[in-house]
Amino acid sequence: MKRYGLWKYLLILLVLCFGVIYSLPNLYAPDPAVQISYTSSSQTADTFLADKVKELIEKQNLEAKIELEKDYVLVRTNSYQNQLIIKDILSTAMINDVVIALNLAPTTPKWLMDIGANPMKLGLDLRGGVHFLMQVDTETAIKNRQDGTLQDLRRRFREEKIRYSQAGVESDASIYLKFNNPDVLQKAEEFISDNYSQFNFPLISDAMSLRLVLSDVEIEQIESDAIDQNLTTLRNRVNELGVSEPIVQRQGKKRIVVQLPGIQDTAEAKNILGKTATLEFHLEAQMDTPRSRKTSYPYRNGMGAPAFLQDAIILGGDQVATAQASFDENGLPQVNITLDGEGGSKMHRATRGNIGKRLGVLFVEQKTRTVYERDVEGKQIPVQESYEVKEIISLATIRAALGTTFRITGLDSPSESSELALLLRAGALAAPMTFVEERTVGPSLGADNIQAGIFSMILGLLLVLVFILFYYRVFGIAASLALTFNIVLLVAVMSILSATLTLPGIAGIVLTVGMAVDANVLIFSRIREELNKGREPLEAIDAGYNRAFLTIWDANVTTLIVAVILLSYGTGPVKGFAITLSIGIITSMFTAIMGTRAFVNLIYGSRKNLERISI
Amino acid sequence: MTFNIDFLAWRRIALIFSSVFLILSIGSWLFKDLNYGLDFTGGTLVELSYPDSANISEIRQTLVLGGFEGAQVANFGSSKEVLIKLPGTVSDSLGSEIVSLLSSSSLDQEIDLRRIEYVGPQIGSELRDDGGTAMLIALAFMMLYIAFRFQSMFAGAAVIALIHDVIVVIGIFSLIQIEFDLTVLAALLAVIGYSLNDTIVVSDRIRENLRSMESDSTHEIINTSLNQTLGRTLITSLTTLLVLFSLYFLGGELIKNFALALIFGVIVGTYSSIYIAANALIMMGLNKDHLKVEEPENADENLLP
Repeated sequence: MKRYGLWKYLLILLVLCFGVIYSLPNLYAPDPAVQISYTSSSQTADTFLADKVKELIEKQNLEAKIELEKDYVLVRTNSYQNQLIIKDILSTAMINDVVIALNLAPTTPKWLMDIGANPMKLGLDLRGGVHFLMQVDTETAIKNRQDGTLQDLRRRFREEKIRYSQAGVESDASIYLKFNNPDVLQKAEEFISDNYSQFNFPLISDAMSLRLVLSDVEIEQIESDAIDQNLTTLRNRVNELGVSEPIVQRQGKKRIVVQLPGIQDTAEAKNILGKTATLEFHLEAQMDTPRSRKTSYPYRNGMGAPAFLQDAIILGGDQVATAQASFDENGLPQVNITLDGEGGSKMHRATRGNIGKRLGVLFVEQKTRTVYERDVEGKQIPVQESYEVKEIISLATIRAALGTTFRITGLDSPSESSELALLLRAGALAAPMTFVEERTVGPSLGADNIQAGIFSMILGLLLVLVFILFYYRVFGIAASLALTFNIVLLVAVMSILSATLTLPGIAGIVLTVGMAVDANVLIFSRIREELNKGREPLEAIDAGYNRAFLTIWDANVTTLIVAVILLSYGTGPVKGFAITLSIGIITSMFTAIMGTRAFVNLIYGSRKNLERISI
Repeated sequence: MTFNIDFLAWRRIALIFSSVFLILSIGSWLFKDLNYGLDFTGGTLVELSYPDSANISEIRQTLVLGGFEGAQVANFGSSKEVLIKLPGTVSDSLGSEIVSLLSSSSLDQEIDLRRIEYVGPQIGSELRDDGGTAMLIALAFMMLYIAFRFQSMFAGAAVIALIHDVIVVIGIFSLIQIEFDLTVLAALLAVIGYSLNDTIVVSDRIRENLRSMESDSTHEIINTSLNQTLGRTLITSLTTLLVLFSLYFLGGELIKNFALALIFGVIVGTYSSIYIAANALIMMGLNKDHLKVEEPENADENLLP
């Protein structure tokens, strides 16, 4: 029989140690914890914050361990109940400037963490939480950009003394300009080609009008800018919500995935995430303002007749540096706003020359509604469509030139003021979004799923082990050890890759158990066959392993191909399943072939004149 | 285990059997369609847990009064769990509305929210398309790999067997109207992997025997190969079925249909690797001459254990 080199034993031993160590962190159950960090990202958690937290918790005589981490203060508790109590205590006592989030803090011992051993991440279906998939309405972003460009064009045409008779943005997002005379048209055309590069050139024109269509490159740029800005804004908003380990990621061309573990109030989360509310500051239109440059808006609280505001925007919500909700001297909700430098000077310039006139604050919100359209076959299909709502929240006389700080009143309720403050702080979305998918898993279902998954895994493993021990005896021991080793290794690899374990992922592990045994069944059947042919036991073992190898190889490679395709095409449950299946196939090749071979050689390899083997 | 069964004597009967089953499956698929789950139809789903047995008809009535006429209400797993489905709806807020409606109508009972799912209409059709694409790509890659490692006839036979398996499992799901969702789709792809595993093992033995056996009868060689691999095929199917039944009974409601699809798949896959793949090889006229080309087996020698 082929001698089994020492290095192979050492390799197996090494891999075994590695597997055990790196899968070990998964045995330590995490602590329910609360983490507290400062709202502003420039301020990192310090002992001051830790002491304050400690004081608040000690007052209530609750058992908790307070640790100061790099970015936050962590309060470890011993039960989910205490976790919620502590969160409530802290959030009532420290309202402003901190974010309080529920978390599951790993209890991995330090020596394991030092060598980079961490537990697997649990998917939302196992720990509870919300998964949102949002589609960004980039068409609106493009239209908004054209609106801005048109405003700019009007100003510059005025400066250049190019007189146009009509201008506007069409529904296909092209700008049209009408002129009274072909010479002016030509002048305008030259001016646009010299100063604007974002359009398709040459411009589409007829005798009296121009049409400006954005180039494909520009459209792509606007779309990707819009998604980037939405990502940033969403990250800010998620931070404001107080979630530990959130995921905010782009998916495909126009979609964003948001995963919030541990969040239970999805309505609140959705409200904050999807809101496109922002502010715009406009001067009130005067009697002499032409109709084409003013628009009438209703009041948000429904009181008073609609008022006309100038179309030109002084500044928008994107120039708000900070915003805090508070109450005015009469106890009515208000928002204190601080503008950034540029916003401050714009505001100053606009209000300086208009003292005595009125400044309007517009509340702008993108909403979506469902409309029914007919498709090609004439069937009614529901389509989500977004529309814009603009309402005046305040229209107040400018008494003095405004600077960087001022306040906004006229809000309905404290919840509206705090929501507005949050949205202004987190920034506006560049384009509205619709929720195209939502999956919420309650904490109780998550716990049940873990339990069910682990139970079925243990039972499945036991059934298979009993069967192969009974059927293959000594060789069955080898196969059983290999199977167990395979699960350990699989968990270790998952932990190192910090892959996420989901319920279908557990199903993948269970299935791997059933299928990994196949390699051993192939080998052992072959050995039995060789024995039946009358070969010597040791020769039969050799022949069994050698002949079965290529079959196992082919069979596993093809399954791996399927798993990899699942991984690249699948989403959600499919992906979770594919990850464990692919890793399981690779690790099982090692354990089922090398692992069992080493074991069999240890037992039978040194015996000369072996007459019978137990298979 | 050693067997000496004349499998191929049954091959015509198996052919008729398979054809009938395929026609039945396709027919059911076309006329009854699949009972698509939320992942593919789009809509809203809410799972709630009541402290005591939930009163389904009362819940249904509350929902109708609250304006949710099309809601399907049923127990899920146990009498305490309730699943409410609104297929085809396009508003993402219905789930929370249902939860608050039911919570406020049963003040004496604390309702636990287990899950809410909302899938928009465009996602549903996308998931369906992606699933179909993934399956076709998987089949194409399988064919290429087998053609490269074995020979094109084996590739053809394996793919015929795989298509047979997928259609039959889909047919079973359509016939008994079990819900077909994303996890079932994943299971279907796993069936492809599993069934292929089986087919490859058998093909591998056929190839080996075509080279080593003295007999010139392909029929006899294939029959011997099937008998030699039968023991292994049965044991592997058995161990896989053991874990699948454990998943089916203990893995929870969300995994049940996944396990079921695989259970059907393993059974059908085992059958197809014996009767469909081997049968196809004979019908394609495989004989010793087809394997005269040197195989690149030596290239793998350094991978031997």
